Amino acid sequence: MTTDTVGRFERSLVDLEVGVERASAADASERIDSMLDDPAVGVPLPFEDVAQPESVDTNPTGDDLAEARTGVTPATFAIATYGTVAIESRPDGDEPVSLYPDRHVAVVAASDVVDDIGAGFERLESAFAAGNSIVFATGRSATADMGSLVHGVHGPGSVDVLVLEDR
Amino acid sequence: MAERTQPPRSRDEKAAHIRHLLETEGEAVHAQSSSSNARRYDVYEETPTLEDRRSEARAIKEDAIDRLPSLIETVREAVEANGGTVYVADDAADANAYVADVVDHNSGGSNAKSDASATNVSATRANDAAPTVVKSKSMTTEEIDLNDALETAGVEVHETDLGEWVLQVADDTPSHIVGPAMHFTREEITELITERFDPDESVETAEELTRFARDYLGERIREADVGVTGANFVVAETGTMALVTNEGNARKCAVTPDTHVAIAGVEKLIPTVSDLEPFVDIIAKSATGQPISQYVTMLSPPTESPTLAFESDEPISSTRSTDESEEPNANPDRDFHLVLLDNGRMEMREDEQLRETLYCIRCGACSNSCSNFQAVGGHGFGGETYSGGIATGWEAGVHGQDSAAEFNDLCTGCTRCVDACPVKIDIPWINTVVRDRINRDEEPPAYDSLVDGLTPDAEGGGLNLGKRFFGNIATAARLSSATAPISNWIADTPPARALLERTLGIDRRRDLPTFQRESLVEWFEARGGIEASRRRANEAQERGGTADVEREAVLYADVYTNYVDTERGKAAVRTLETLGVPVRVPDLPESGRAPLSQGMVATADRQASRFYGAIAEDLDAGRDLVVVEPSDLAAFHREYERFLPEASFERVRDNSYEVCEYVYGLLENGADPSLLETGAEAAVGDGTAAGEPIAYHAHCQQRTLDLEGPTLAVLERCGYEPTTSSVECCGMAGSFGYKREYYELSMTVGDRLASEVESAETVVASGTSCGDQLESLLERSVPHPIELLAPRR
Repeated sequence: MTTDTVGRFERSLVDLEVGVERASAADASERIDSMLDDPAVGVPLPFEDVAQPESVDTNPTGDDLAEARTGVTPATFAIATYGTVAIESRPDGDEPVSLYPDRHVAVVAASDVVDDIGAGFERLESAFAAGNSIVFATGRSATADMGSLVHGVHGPGSVDVLVLEDR
Repeated sequence: MAERTQPPRSRDEKAAHIRHLLETEGEAVHAQSSSSNARRYDVYEETPTLEDRRSEARAIKEDAIDRLPSLIETVREAVEANGGTVYVADDAADANAYVADVVDHNSGGSNAKSDASATNVSATRANDAAPTVVKSKSMTTEEIDLNDALETAGVEVHETDLGEWVLQVADDTPSHIVGPAMHFTREEITELITERFDPDESVETAEELTRFARDYLGERIREADVGVTGANFVVAETGTMALVTNEGNARKCAVTPDTHVAIAGVEKLIPTVSDLEPFVDIIAKSATGQPISQYVTMLSPPTESPTLAFESDEPISSTRSTDESEEPNANPDRDFHLVLLDNGRMEMREDEQLRETLYCIRCGACSNSCSNFQAVGGHGFGGETYSGGIATGWEAGVHGQDSAAEFNDLCTGCTRCVDACPVKIDIPWINTVVRDRINRDEEPPAYDSLVDGLTPDAEGGGLNLGKRFFGNIATAARLSSATAPISNWIADTPPARALLERTLGIDRRRDLPTFQRESLVEWFEARGGIEASRRRANEAQERGGTADVEREAVLYADVYTNYVDTERGKAAVRTLETLGVPVRVPDLPESGRAPLSQGMVATADRQASRFYGAIAEDLDAGRDLVVVEPSDLAAFHREYERFLPEASFERVRDNSYEVCEYVYGLLENGADPSLLETGAEAAVGDGTAAGEPIAYHAHCQQRTLDLEGPTLAVLERCGYEPTTSSVECCGMAGSFGYKREYYELSMTVGDRLASEVESAETVVASGTSCGDQLESLLERSVPHPIELLAPRR
């Protein structure tokens, strides 16, 4: 991983019309808060010294989930060339939280941004050996089935990524 | 959108069916499939690892299909270890019964685990509401008509992919394996949704329609008892399946209901997680031209994701197991079933020719790259379930040859899908083989005696007369040439055209080729044969400016060059001599291209051997085989691999050249382009001055062989500024456009080509068929590029 990899990741996200910001762990909570449309749901963030903003409900019911406008989850890793974030299916509910609300905010450590899909698969293999499930999410949910390209079908219509820098 | 009609049978019915599709669905399908195709070109172009990825993907599939039985056992162990169930279904009925059973045991609000082996579908439910299923798009479930089976069993089924949902509302079938409702316009969808749901808000725009669908289907997903998905790939070792979508509905169907059923053909199995990589990397590129799809969901179910209860006070994460000692993904409320479908696949695996079909990853690139598909869509170019080039293999394998026979002839063998296919399946070859099998099963035709004298082939008696005639076109051409111009005059009279239409199916609206009294071979002999050619080449060498090579060429006088378009043959001879290369034009046997197009494999095989026997001595003597007609060159470079011993095939392939490619080689070796007939004089040999603008349509097979470039380079070196056509094919592809049932389709495809090139003052085309098609559409002469370049003498 190099600084350049993160730069490349950011350029890919811009091409996908996904918002991207960098922040230190100290500023992360505040930056996430500024990205939210309320009501927001989320899962606990597994990064040291980084907490979800208070306005994020990290213990939502099914109905909270269905009504939320933003979902905040960590990404296990990200792939720079495609602007992909890897979201795990964990018991905390990362998968539905990243999928149901119209806006998804993904938080990824800069050290977890890998260069290409080959490096991504190296990360995957160990996860699968443990029986895990992961989704590669790239950009916004989209369909062209209704006559022209529309974003936000079954999944989020807007995505933001926060890259945690000082790690 | 077309009303569903019975599969067409007679030539008239088939023509009417195609005409109907051209009018009702053609425009919408063309718009979407051709733009996916254009994006595929761009993304393939931008992917430096593309060829490696294709090779890797193919190798993985070859290996996986080879050891399929053991992979089935591996995945069974893996899925069971994860806490799920694997069921191998023999056929559609078996698979459907199993799924109905699972739904029955998991409906009514009960989270009770199903007993997978139970066959009693009348088990009691907790309440009287019909059980509901939400589904994400899966061609495999289309193949087994799962929705019908579930509905018969009293289950409510909701498609959640927007395209599939439109089809479900319209009671229609997919017309494309990736974009199933591609044949609908937005206006038609608006009409359909308004009529069916009478929504409160407006559903005019794509955004409004999408929002309505999202809200409506979101509710169905939250309420559903069971989620059914397909699987793009299944990793045997870990029991992981990959679901590739852009909308996100597969993810929702898989994780929202407590029970997930994934249905996949057994051929979807690949050995390990690392084997997923090339497929994940290439599938969206080939399907829609995206670098990667929005969601590649790799689930090893039952997943750890919490089950989602709505209208409940319990937080979703409370369903997780708190017992640290449990298996990592043991969520007690989740139930998972993987249904692996055989339905003919294990037999396909044993079939040397159909086996390759199992490598297919269902990306639809063959459909998008196909001019005929772009014009009529999968309701014309498709069988019971599958559509596009690869559908012949699928339909023959899973539904039987009759389903493949309905549409197999729509593959013209143009090969444009060959470069598109991410697993390098030789789709035209599968189509040829199945066509041959269909031919052999047909009833003997009624006009046998009329065609008998014209058909010195190696085929059985059941073959369709038109196919037999076109497969033996060289014999007819030889006779017509010998009796020209009378034969031309007779053939063009109304009674003769009526007879040709009735017996051979040759559309009377189509211009017939005009046969020359003097064949190219005769012309060449009359002007002094090889001795005269050597003399001319020597004189040219003495004058200077010729290539610095000691070559001698054998020009292959294919049927059209020899009897119809003799001018392009003469132009080729004059050009090569001018550049210092002596030429021979022997009377060689036919290449086998014509019978191959008709699916007459035995005849083509026999002709290939005869051709090799006749050319072997020239190849021994180090002579180059120069070919004018790209489809014959394609036979030498591609299909001969199937007919000749490896060493013989390689000799023919390595020593045969398309004529402009050959000229390009001579120019590269020092020949002076100004010896040829050039365009804007100032531009010759100087890259800066503007050349004379012309439009160039390369032949489809020539493009597949990467030979468009050399022709363009030669034209540019000779002072022209060519623009190329982007339409995949001219719509003729040999005999295709002559056939009455395909005349309108041929003209529709041809019109698209003509409108691209019509503004150019000069239009040139490499193939005979392409040239003929453009000449009738543009009503002017469309020469071969070599005719433009040849010195006028």
